[in-house]
Amino acid sequence: MPAGPSRADGAPGALRPSRPAHWGRYPAAMVQPAPGPGGEGAALPARDGPALRVSGLTKRFGDRAAFEDVSFEVARGEVFGFLGPNGAGKTTTVRTLGTLIAPTSGSAEVAGLPLSPQNGEAIRRRISVMPENPGLYSRLTVRENLELFASLYGLRSPGERIAGALDAVRLADRSEDRCGRLSKGLRQRVGLARALLNDPEVIFLDEPTSGLDPVAAGEVHDLINGWRQRGVTVFLTTHRLAEAERLCDRVAILNTRLRSVGSPKDLRASLFGGSLVVETATPLPDPRAVFAGVAAVMEWTEGGNGTYLLSVADPRQAAPQVARAVVAAGADLISLAESQHSLEDVYLQLIDDDGSAPR
Amino acid sequence: MSGPDLGRLLAMTRKEAREFRRTPFILGAMVVLPVIFIIEPLIDIFRLGSSTPASAVQKVVGVTFLLMLIVPAVLPSTIAAYSVIGERDQGTLEPLLTTPVRRSELLLGKALAAMIPSVLVSYVIFGVVLLCAHLFAANQTVVATLSNGPEILAEVLFAPLLSGWSIAVGTGISARASDVRIAQQLGTLASLPPLAVTALVSFQVLTPSVPVAVGFGLGFLVIDIAMWRVVAAMFDRERLITGARALAAGGGGGGGRPPGTVRRIQMVQEGDHE
Repeated sequence: MPAGPSRADGAPGALRPSRPAHWGRYPAAMVQPAPGPGGEGAALPARDGPALRVSGLTKRFGDRAAFEDVSFEVARGEVFGFLGPNGAGKTTTVRTLGTLIAPTSGSAEVAGLPLSPQNGEAIRRRISVMPENPGLYSRLTVRENLELFASLYGLRSPGERIAGALDAVRLADRSEDRCGRLSKGLRQRVGLARALLNDPEVIFLDEPTSGLDPVAAGEVHDLINGWRQRGVTVFLTTHRLAEAERLCDRVAILNTRLRSVGSPKDLRASLFGGSLVVETATPLPDPRAVFAGVAAVMEWTEGGNGTYLLSVADPRQAAPQVARAVVAAGADLISLAESQHSLEDVYLQLIDDDGSAPR
Repeated sequence: MSGPDLGRLLAMTRKEAREFRRTPFILGAMVVLPVIFIIEPLIDIFRLGSSTPASAVQKVVGVTFLLMLIVPAVLPSTIAAYSVIGERDQGTLEPLLTTPVRRSELLLGKALAAMIPSVLVSYVIFGVVLLCAHLFAANQTVVATLSNGPEILAEVLFAPLLSGWSIAVGTGISARASDVRIAQQLGTLASLPPLAVTALVSFQVLTPSVPVAVGFGLGFLVIDIAMWRVVAAMFDRERLITGARALAAGGGGGGGRPPGTVRRIQMVQEGDHE
């Protein structure tokens, strides 16, 4: 059984906070389980195992598959990125796991409960979903919007929860403003405050930074990091690959079918292997002879002007051998560096592998 | 399965009421319609002389009762027609449906918010017309007819029941329509047929009596309940969100799996659960 990714310091999401300490956190009072009316909350089974377990999940609309045979697990407390081109099925997956639509086949567990019509209400108590459009009542104030959702979740002490959520997104001073008069960034923050109200085990965020300026997007990132520190599981769909690389412990790349799952680092290593970029002062007279003599070099290509790209299994092990070989060949070594691939490279490679344009 | 949760139901009603108060169209309708439906019948009543023939008086009374019932029949349908499609248009339906709110709570909450003001407005109009007729009408026959017990009973019973029909139809149309204005127009049209039945009583084609009023009231009640069952069945989360009906419900079933194409990454523990 997967134990989930390690949460070592230095993981992509472990960023130094650049905002006030309270940003992304909310009072301990808000961490109490939300009791359901009629005591429904009390009857819920114990929370162990992964936050999400998806197995062979498929959703079809007629002949068209929105997503097909999707399987993955998300550990509790993990920030899991869900990437894919437009129409890849990301939003439909979120809606399916959020109990809004029924899968055609396959199975899933959400927050410890099997995804089934019977469990819909119980699952919805344990999760929050923020769609791309936060969906606020524009004629109601920020507080009134949150009051509605606090009541729908049957929260005790809704006033405290609302105050805590507003503090967490730094909107306490805008609570009496009508949502229709807020900027997109502020509306997004209200949506995030709403997502916090029921103290969810799993938060689904569908493109939470779509249309936001870098500062506003950075604030959302800080909030997500705050949740990570509290052990909340975040399921994040995004088009921003740099965002996913920065925030997510692992990412899945979907193009109707799941193309890959792993940490950004593992995906890079798996897809591109290791590579070294060698630059010499002048082109090597016989590069074939130089690199063939280094056992660690699997392939090499010439980039021109004394630049060579070498495929290696382990760049750290291969680099000294390559350096010695180049120097032994009488060349002046200008630089020797590990080639860096971004998550974007991984993404584009996987999507290109499908051999067709995104749906 | 327990019944609707009162807290969630009232939360929906409160939210709707707040929105109505801040929606000029609805607020305007709530103010303008009563004024029209008070002034118009009073003019007719005040024009009746003391010696106006009974048939003419009955005609005025019939029109008056009918006008009284137009408000609970038409006004809530306009509001209800906006209720679901309006949520969808402003993108609030999806977050709403991801909360534990049940279909019954959502629909009843919205229905109450549309019904309570409509019925209250209808009763206020009727009360004001009755009071003004008592105080100022020259024709005493019209006062006596307006104060007729079965007529009043029919008014009191029919107003909420017509409103119930109207809201059910409006909500049903709203759940399936793709445009607010079309939904409102269709809702208004669909709310009118029951008025034909009330017209039979108002114009004494059917002699107003307590059994007739109660009988028709019960008939409306049965129709309302049936209509609400139909509307509740039409309120399908998946269809509302995606515009498509669920082809295979029952998530959690272990459907057959085609050969997997997932590219596994060596260092990621993804395979154990399969």
